[in-house]
Amino acid sequence: MSELKLPSIDYAALAPILIMLGAALVGVLVEAFVPRHRRHVVQLSLALLAVLAALTMVVLNSDDRLITAGSAIAVDGPTLFLQGGILVLAAMALLLIGERAVERGGAFVAHAAITAESAEDRRQADGAGGTTEVYPLVTFAIGGMLIFVAANDLLTMFIALEVFSLPLYLLCALARRRRLLSQEAALKYFMLGAYASAFFLFGVALIYGFTSGIPGRSAGVDFATINAAVNESPASRVLLFAGMALLAIGLLFKAAAAPFHVWTPDVYQGAPTPVTGFMAACTKVAAFGALLRVFHVAFASASWDFTPVLGIVAVLTMLVGAVLAVTQTDIKRLLAYSSIANAGYLLVGVLAPSKDGLSGTMFYLVAYGFSVLAAFAVVTLVRDGDGEATHLSRWAGLGRRSPFFASVFTFILLAFAGIPLTSGFTSKFAVFGPALAEGRAWLVVAGVLTSMVLAFPYLRVVVMMWLSEPGESTPTVAVPGGLTAAALMIGVVATLVLGVAPAPLLDLATGAAEFVR
Amino acid sequence: MGEILTNAPAEPAGAVTYATADGLLASVWLLVAIPLVSAAVLLLLGRRADRWGHWLGVSAIGVSFVLGLVSFFQLRGLENKSVELSLWDFITVGDLRVDFGLLFDPLSALFVLLITGVGFLIHLYAVEYMSHDGGRRRFFGYFNLFVAAMLLLVLGNNYVMLYVGWEGVGLASYLLISFWQDRPSAATAGKKAFLMNRVGDAGLAIAIFIMFATLGTTQYDEVFSNVGALTGGTVLVLGLLLLLGATGKSGQFPLQAWLPDAMEGPTPVSALIHAATMVTAGVYLIARSNPVFSANTTLQLVVVSVGALTLLMGCIIGAAKDDIKRVLAWSTVSQIGYMFLGVGLGGGAYALAIIHLLAHGFFKANMFLGAGSVMHGMKDQVDIRRFGGLAKHMRTTWLTFMMGWLAIIGIPPLSGYFSKEPIIAAAFGRDDWTAWLFGGAALLGAGLTAFYMTRLFVLTFHGPKRWTEEIEHPHESPKLMTVPLILLALGSIGAGFLLSTSVPDWLTATAGLGGEHAEHETVLPHIVITTLSLLVTVLGVGLAWFLFRNGTATAPQPAGVLVTAARRNLYTDAFNEAVFEKPGIFLTRALVFLDNRGVDGLVNGLAAAVGGGSGRLRRLQTGFVRSYATSILTGALLVVAAFLAVQAGWLA
Repeated sequence: MSELKLPSIDYAALAPILIMLGAALVGVLVEAFVPRHRRHVVQLSLALLAVLAALTMVVLNSDDRLITAGSAIAVDGPTLFLQGGILVLAAMALLLIGERAVERGGAFVAHAAITAESAEDRRQADGAGGTTEVYPLVTFAIGGMLIFVAANDLLTMFIALEVFSLPLYLLCALARRRRLLSQEAALKYFMLGAYASAFFLFGVALIYGFTSGIPGRSAGVDFATINAAVNESPASRVLLFAGMALLAIGLLFKAAAAPFHVWTPDVYQGAPTPVTGFMAACTKVAAFGALLRVFHVAFASASWDFTPVLGIVAVLTMLVGAVLAVTQTDIKRLLAYSSIANAGYLLVGVLAPSKDGLSGTMFYLVAYGFSVLAAFAVVTLVRDGDGEATHLSRWAGLGRRSPFFASVFTFILLAFAGIPLTSGFTSKFAVFGPALAEGRAWLVVAGVLTSMVLAFPYLRVVVMMWLSEPGESTPTVAVPGGLTAAALMIGVVATLVLGVAPAPLLDLATGAAEFVR
Repeated sequence: MGEILTNAPAEPAGAVTYATADGLLASVWLLVAIPLVSAAVLLLLGRRADRWGHWLGVSAIGVSFVLGLVSFFQLRGLENKSVELSLWDFITVGDLRVDFGLLFDPLSALFVLLITGVGFLIHLYAVEYMSHDGGRRRFFGYFNLFVAAMLLLVLGNNYVMLYVGWEGVGLASYLLISFWQDRPSAATAGKKAFLMNRVGDAGLAIAIFIMFATLGTTQYDEVFSNVGALTGGTVLVLGLLLLLGATGKSGQFPLQAWLPDAMEGPTPVSALIHAATMVTAGVYLIARSNPVFSANTTLQLVVVSVGALTLLMGCIIGAAKDDIKRVLAWSTVSQIGYMFLGVGLGGGAYALAIIHLLAHGFFKANMFLGAGSVMHGMKDQVDIRRFGGLAKHMRTTWLTFMMGWLAIIGIPPLSGYFSKEPIIAAAFGRDDWTAWLFGGAALLGAGLTAFYMTRLFVLTFHGPKRWTEEIEHPHESPKLMTVPLILLALGSIGAGFLLSTSVPDWLTATAGLGGEHAEHETVLPHIVITTLSLLVTVLGVGLAWFLFRNGTATAPQPAGVLVTAARRNLYTDAFNEAVFEKPGIFLTRALVFLDNRGVDGLVNGLAAAVGGGSGRLRRLQTGFVRSYATSILTGALLVVAAFLAVQAGWLA
């Protein structure tokens, strides 16, 4: 038996991941040992501190360009940029999750067996401040996402996928109000997610088969091997294309691209709103980070083959998202379809095989994350006696009742619609520009046309808020607590600043737009 | 005729250079800024400024006048009498660089003095005239805005600045014509003025585009220095478009119809904007652009023809009108026709036109304010058939109006004699048979002017009383109104002589306006022309006196073809209505129909298709995991199939 050789591990480069996972483990211990009434503060501070520490490590590592832990993890420009993006957006999401002032006991179920707003529920909310298991779950999910964008082989990627997906399934089920909807959403997400994972795993198996038989190289699922195999493998190309298709399906499911988007509206609607925001911002970054790495590193040489297929998927995604958004009557479902359409625009960036395309996509991810978190932050505030009032008809006349929040939401919607002076414009420009330069004009045309369609539902909300008379049922806007206010302000200011002066972040993204291979 | 229509440059354009403004002249921007700030204060403060707002307005113009006077004397002492002050880059896009700069030269200095001087007197008059109007502060706000825009127009050092001022005065004019916006006639008149001006403004804008396209600049000095390099056709088009702009603003044929209607505004507005200053902007534009117009003889012929035609039209229509302000308005149209005639003749006649412009500013403002004074005493009656015998009741108004009347018909030694007669003589100085044509028109115009102005004067101040019942005792206007009248009357008496002896020399410093002062060979001896023009004037006066000394009927009488035509503005309004308005309305209806059925149908159809598609697709979103899984499976099969198809070479 030969001696097992341990791979060298660069702990500094892995530090952000290790910090998040470590914090999650500590969080589990906190659940076990800290008294119930103090857990909320401790857990929130622990999670935020961990995010900050991880972010600090990302900044300190910003010059790293290496592959470590065997060939499992690649720490390079895109990894660091996207990890940074995930951490910043996750911090905002944590602020929303930690909010306890808007609703006593927070947005999360305290005890699943107790009816919301019953006497017992209130007593529990006063004492315990809602479920605090949320924080370790979120921290685990963040850790998984950090690995997901850094994964340098398909197995690590698969494990990371599961690490961040499983906590998300749970988080979706934790809504305090409309609990059945929430649990149904979680179950759907779990079942379909497992289904998609199976596709991914099958794809990994086929690719593994494809890599075998290259002279002088052992079979493997790390990206360097796959890249080499695409060029020189003697195995049947059917294996490659079937494997690539199945891998793509697994990733496109997470990215919410049509026709694998079907879970999105139900889950976005059912999940507690802060978790929806977290998924819309961070999961999107993670999923597209992985897509970028798989298609730009592993399958780069096959780009002539996958571009038409993924291009059709992109167009379909934009169309489905935009067209279906038109008839939505629930603000969370509307934002879900908007997020689907945005996945289509992001795919346009993924399919522009240039440095600019890569940096534009990364810029888009971060800019969109800020806007979408701000949007969901506003959604958490518009409420009546039964919790959030998400039906659109209830938003009529909101501009008269609370001009400030209606203005903020209008601004965010204009950003989604891609109006200049908002990040929505600069980020669309950042992905469409390179796509056009790389000869993907048809994708850009589809993108612009669907943007026009998509502007309609956004403007419908704006018109409804400002030009309708407030009715009996128009809800009031709750005064946000400090945490929500902070998250909202960060999101709105970032949307504005990235729209007016996008150069610093774009330069950062351009400087980071180089994969190690 | 062939010789006239050649496109050859009439005289080569020399290089034009401007000195930099320094010292006291560096503050000429204050001329524009002071009225502008005052306007902003008046309009923004709202009712809080009601009590003192009018005095702020008056003093702003007064200060501007003093500043203008000081700058004027400063300029006199300079070697190069054209100073430029570049404030900042206004527009910088690619090759287009437009300076936010001012040019203070003899021509603009004269205009500054006219605008602020006459403007100050009219402001003063308006304090009293508008004292019973609730909107007096707003009125002074618009008035100051007008002065600021007009000063910017004459002070800009490039065509874009001129255009900014041009649109600014257009706006102020619109706001002031429809100042009493609750009167439908005032609102309509404002719209009419605005729309007709747009036609001219479009011409000016296109002219500026052409300058940029062909010369790459809109700065006066660069345009004038390089205009000689352009082809004759380009210069012709450029000049015609500038002329279109000028005719729009100055109420010249074919865009004259708005000016008489503009009299719906308060009388001080008619005096300041629609008699003394704004309507002369067209003359300023042509005088300023003289290197362009002098570069093409055809262009000059067009300008002369426009001037001659308009001056006769104005006289004929003016003789048939019964509204005191409309008669004066048509008289303005006619007098500006003289100025166009002058600037069209070119050479030394530029200066003559400017002299007439300045002199006209005095006597026409004088008569408009006099008309206002009459209306003030007669309960806003404007029909001259219902006046008569007012000389005894309004001595000051009568005397000052008389000075204006004598001045406009050109009785020596009042100012009209010194300003109009030389233009008539210059028209006779053309080289060929057109001398007879244009000289004859100018001479005929002088006789007609004498006729209709005498008719106006006699019917208003002399003859039997024909007042309406409710008026028992007409009163003279208060001091605040008569003092400006007296000052303007003095101007009407003396300005002509003073100007005709000093302005031509003064203007030589402005690029291209020097011209040769050598007497042109006229087709008739100069003394004969002078005698003739005095003769037709006396004839006109005598005829009008004979016809109207005993008053006139108080209702319109049936009349012959010519008088009927004149009462209907020579059918120009009917022509406009038939040729532009009716087809315009038809075109609009057709477009609305096309828009409703075609464009909207397409758009709504698309929207309905999207909405319908959305509604159908929504049904796929059943909420059942099994159907979601099926949809994902279908998608997966399709994607795998597509990849395999690519691999098999079917898709790539």
